[in-house]
Amino acid sequence: MSDPLDGWEIVIGLEVHVELATKTKLFCGCANMFGDEPNTNICPTCLGLPGSLPVPNAQAIDFAMKLGRALNCTVSPSIFARKNYFYPDMPKDFQTTQYEEPTNENGYVLLPDGMSIGVERAHIEEDTGKSTHLGEGGRIHDATATLVDYNRAGVPLVEIVSRPEMHSADVARAYVAELREILLATGVSDARMEEGSMRVDANVSVRPAGSDELRTRCEVKNINSLRSLGRAINYEARRHVDLWTNGEEPKQETRHWDEDGGRSTSGRSKEDADDYRYFACPDLPPLHPTQADIDAIDAAMPALPAGRRTALAAAAGVDVCDTTLTVERGLDDLVIAAIEAGADPVEAMKHADQNLSDGQGQLSVESFVALLAMDADGQLSSTQVKTVLGELVATGGAPADVAATMGFEAMNTSELENLLDGIIAESPDEWTRFVEGDRKVQGFFVGKIMKATQGNADGKVVNQLMTQKASGEHL
Amino acid sequence: MSSATEIAAAIRAGQQTAVETLEKSYSSIAARDEEINSFLHLTKSRAQAQAAVIDAKVAAGEDPGPLAGVPVAIKDNMCTRGEPTTCSSKILEGWRPPYDATVIGRLEAAGAVIVGKTNLDEFAMGSSTENSAFGPTRNPHDTTRVPGGSSGGSAAAVAAEFVPLSLGSDTGGSIRQPAALCGVVGVKPTYGAVSRYGLIAFASSLDQIGPFAANVTDAALCLDVISGHDAQDATSIPEALAPTLPSLNDGVAGMRIAVIEELVGEGIDDDVCARTNEAADALAAAGATVERVSIPATIYGLAAYYLIAPAEASSNLARFDGVRYGQRVDGENVAAMNVATRSAGFGDEVKRRIMLGTYALSSGYYDAYYGKAQRVRTLIANEFAAAYENFDLLLSPTSPSTAFEIGAKSDPMALYMCDVCTIPSNLAGHPAISVPFGFGDDGLPVGVQVLAPMLDEAKMFRAAKVLEGAAPIPKAGA
Amino acid sequence: MSGEISPDEVAHVASLARLRIADDELETFTEQLCAVLETADALNSLDLSDVPPMAQPYPLANVVRPDVIVPSLDREEVLAQAPDAQDGRFRVPPALGEAP
Repeated sequence: MSDPLDGWEIVIGLEVHVELATKTKLFCGCANMFGDEPNTNICPTCLGLPGSLPVPNAQAIDFAMKLGRALNCTVSPSIFARKNYFYPDMPKDFQTTQYEEPTNENGYVLLPDGMSIGVERAHIEEDTGKSTHLGEGGRIHDATATLVDYNRAGVPLVEIVSRPEMHSADVARAYVAELREILLATGVSDARMEEGSMRVDANVSVRPAGSDELRTRCEVKNINSLRSLGRAINYEARRHVDLWTNGEEPKQETRHWDEDGGRSTSGRSKEDADDYRYFACPDLPPLHPTQADIDAIDAAMPALPAGRRTALAAAAGVDVCDTTLTVERGLDDLVIAAIEAGADPVEAMKHADQNLSDGQGQLSVESFVALLAMDADGQLSSTQVKTVLGELVATGGAPADVAATMGFEAMNTSELENLLDGIIAESPDEWTRFVEGDRKVQGFFVGKIMKATQGNADGKVVNQLMTQKASGEHL
Repeated sequence: MSSATEIAAAIRAGQQTAVETLEKSYSSIAARDEEINSFLHLTKSRAQAQAAVIDAKVAAGEDPGPLAGVPVAIKDNMCTRGEPTTCSSKILEGWRPPYDATVIGRLEAAGAVIVGKTNLDEFAMGSSTENSAFGPTRNPHDTTRVPGGSSGGSAAAVAAEFVPLSLGSDTGGSIRQPAALCGVVGVKPTYGAVSRYGLIAFASSLDQIGPFAANVTDAALCLDVISGHDAQDATSIPEALAPTLPSLNDGVAGMRIAVIEELVGEGIDDDVCARTNEAADALAAAGATVERVSIPATIYGLAAYYLIAPAEASSNLARFDGVRYGQRVDGENVAAMNVATRSAGFGDEVKRRIMLGTYALSSGYYDAYYGKAQRVRTLIANEFAAAYENFDLLLSPTSPSTAFEIGAKSDPMALYMCDVCTIPSNLAGHPAISVPFGFGDDGLPVGVQVLAPMLDEAKMFRAAKVLEGAAPIPKAGA
Repeated sequence: MSGEISPDEVAHVASLARLRIADDELETFTEQLCAVLETADALNSLDLSDVPPMAQPYPLANVVRPDVIVPSLDREEVLAQAPDAQDGRFRVPPALGEAP
């Protein structure tokens, strides 16, 4: 069955609004708190009462610049602008935002697979209040009244606008996932789509594959999860292709994603004026960050996912795209430290990927390194290693102690050798066959040793001993 | 009526009480304000409580402050918690703010007693107080005439001796022009010198709060109390204004003063020009060198102002949408409700300016109108700066004419022309003061304007004090 | 740019500002707005190419406040001033369509 999008390319730009994790709102000292009783975090400023004035939150500005630098943006002097339009959740019937001179511009997001997606700008703006529509089903179109809560009005947001450089739903999802990791690493937002502290709007258009034209695009809103993002993009792209194929054109509009129905529906008509009459807000002086301010932000920047992937790849000698899982779980520091302390990179990575899916827990670097050494020495079987590791993650401690407590005696090689000699003495015929090259009988001896040691012998070491003995006798 | 300075001194010395001073004020209001209509609302219980507090402080030997017990009237576009604040508009009829403007707090901390809220042109848009939704205020000198605007109520309340001090706001001349027409002192401070927090905004980059007083000393006293940095106003100047009282009597000897040429010619009544020239002579006689200076850009001030102010106002007044406060006229959906509410609640002048401002900001017209006007503003500021390199102070008439009859100027453009002398200092952000200086041919008060560079109020007041001494201060007829 | 604004433009601008101008008022308002815009024509004679727009009368920058919580207004006091309220929220007729 051919892909309905055959011959077409999807063009996607994402606008991601991020709520900053400040204690107070952007322009007033009201608490920035999700979930409080309606209209209990309000003041003259965020209610837009006559006579009120805004004063910017220093922490919000700092977080915004930090976010910009984490997205590799240039941080510049900026001006707050007023975006004028009427809506009941807008206390002043204008939104204070940044228009011609935003704080952050011209950055990029590096995806795990190495693709770079341009970030046009990341500007600061205030959030609106929240409207609830009363009536049948709570949907706008059947409402009998609207109730407004201004707790959220004035919460600081950064709007991150990507360049239209994504061409598949998967890439779009990867971009949002990476953005989220960056936000968490910097601590500027808890970035939860379900709670609304990260909101994604998708701008979708299509074009003939291979062309670089930009055709009519639609903005799709009300996307509340990564899954919805993928579904919405694919639905919208398909809708556009169908229209173009039938000789029609998509109407340039804002559309509403209906997750239950699996489709987008037409939102506001474009006749409702979009002349926002932007002008510099006369109540707010400009922001002039100094080079020292920016340098301080850079110096204090925590390790970001892309950088961590690169560092781990270098330390472990693997491809960057093989480091994604380890970094996502926050295990890169552990693995790098282990490698630096002499652990085998392959083994360290393997354990991180396979046996530490819930993270590092109580496991210390020293214990990890020691355990890997015990594994390499054959003091523990691979099953035992896994068990000890689980225990170290759960409750900490040193691997030798844990192994002893669990009765996993570290069997030393000479003990094993004595045991092997005993078994050889019992089964001389089988041994002769092994020495003469019959490898099939190897399992016979390993099995006997395992039985004798209750499974505590390390299979690798046993095989090594047998091979040594056999070659010795050969000579 | 005694001056604010005298009242405060007498109360601090225990020679009179704040309570009896307040009663006298309310008696004079009751006797004459039905005719003048300067007050929209009297804040009696708040005032009485404050007066009692002042008297208790005096009795306990505590310092009640520099404005102890002084009755003060407040233009009704400044928020007074729990008291009506209407901006003389139907759309805010009945609204009681849940907070005080910063200046209110500063006045009360200095011991002042807020007696009531005064009438204004609706949302401070006008030059005659005829645009009030609650009837015009009448000029105490001649009640057939306007008191000027937009702070007509505050000017009249002082001129009629209801209170020795009042506060107004000045965006294009709304303190100075009514001061001139009512024969009182009116001050527009340096932009940013007095907090705008709690002042219901008309044009944010032009608005300033300032005092009306019957004499220069009282005006200086009041300004020193209300000015100062406010962390709640991001446009508030970080350093406090240098106090104006201490140097008030230092005179003008050695100062270089210039009359603004463009503002003493065409478009200004002859008698007003004559008084201005006499004022110039008075300053020269007091030891200043007085010349003339040309500031050509002032003639463009009117055009620039009538693009910038309405543009900012159109945005500032959007919040009056019937959702959170004030009057509401219902509609089948919220947009229809907004339209019905605003159409019924705003008067014609406010609607005119909102539409003008919306147009000046709109897509396609921004550069030609608002953008261009903001450049003219820089031009005006630059020319003033050049003038101030050669002169300490500038002089001009305050208003092109004396008080005109109520209803005489119905054409909006004619009213806009009232602001030609005052607008340039709002655009540049500089301080200016109107001082009564004689009378016109019709016997009505004339005011002259002293202009100073930014933050130079102290020098400005010195010249004002000299002018005051050289001309009698008119009293409102009994 | 001449001080010409048409009645249609005035009506459009009025609707942007959520104002309804009655038909019999439209012409008067249009005339009055034209008169003001004509004064703006005088500005066309000025050479403003080297003159930047005035950002603020008293130039300030970086005015900020600390991230410290201040107590909220009392909800009841605020809602008592609202034209209509329900369940601790401001109540309005239905808002058609989503916000821009």
